[in-house]
Amino acid sequence: MSEAMDLEQEGDIKRFMFVNRKAPHGSIYALEALEVVLIAAAFDQDVSLAFLDDGVFQLRQDQNAKAIDMKNFAPTFRALEDYDVEKLYVERESLAERGLTEDELIVPVEVVDRARMGALMAEQDVVLSF
Amino acid sequence: MQFGILVNEGPYQHQASDSAYQFAVAALEQGHEVPRVFFYMDGVHNANRLQEPQQDDRNIVRRWSELAERHQVDLVVCVAAALRRGLKDEILAPGFRISGLGQLVEVGIQADRLVTFGD
Repeated sequence: MSEAMDLEQEGDIKRFMFVNRKAPHGSIYALEALEVVLIAAAFDQDVSLAFLDDGVFQLRQDQNAKAIDMKNFAPTFRALEDYDVEKLYVERESLAERGLTEDELIVPVEVVDRARMGALMAEQDVVLSF
Repeated sequence: MQFGILVNEGPYQHQASDSAYQFAVAALEQGHEVPRVFFYMDGVHNANRLQEPQQDDRNIVRRWSELAERHQVDLVVCVAAALRRGLKDEILAPGFRISGLGQLVEVGIQADRLVTFGD
């Protein structure tokens, strides 16, 4: 199969956007999505992350998941910078609907409104939604 | 056009893998290519050959295996997600192989479109 997927484009850089829509715990989507982000970054792709709906809770600072025996993986978002992943977009409406503010988030982000988020998605080559 | 497909849900519980399969078949019928389907999260359960659905129901696992054989579709199961869920080589259905997340990123880079099927 690898011959069909010719490797001549190997040097290509595509714009990958990871759309995070779910709360950090309650399901595994957020955690396993983050694992793909790190791999895409390791492939030197142009990676960005979008947080909307309950996905904005993933960035909430001071999470403590001990009581539910889960790993608090929010600090991993701080490490993204080391992978040159610096474009984190958070939807303004999703924050407001949940009573969250930008200064409660664990990393610096760009807060964008819903229309701008749609425009950012339209600019991407690959949008992966989790 | 080349379509890469990502399946994030297990069979039967959720319609995502049915929809992914139907999308793949429709794309191939119209002359497009589906070089690879990547199974991630609970999607790895699509590769478990031990499943025995009732006689009058669709056999989701076998359907993927037959698609792979007919159209040389590369069915790749994420190793990390598979290990977490007990899906191993010894219970892998024909046509599937276990590999890393790099295979997902690779198809994202090389295919014209990457289509996700999940919750």
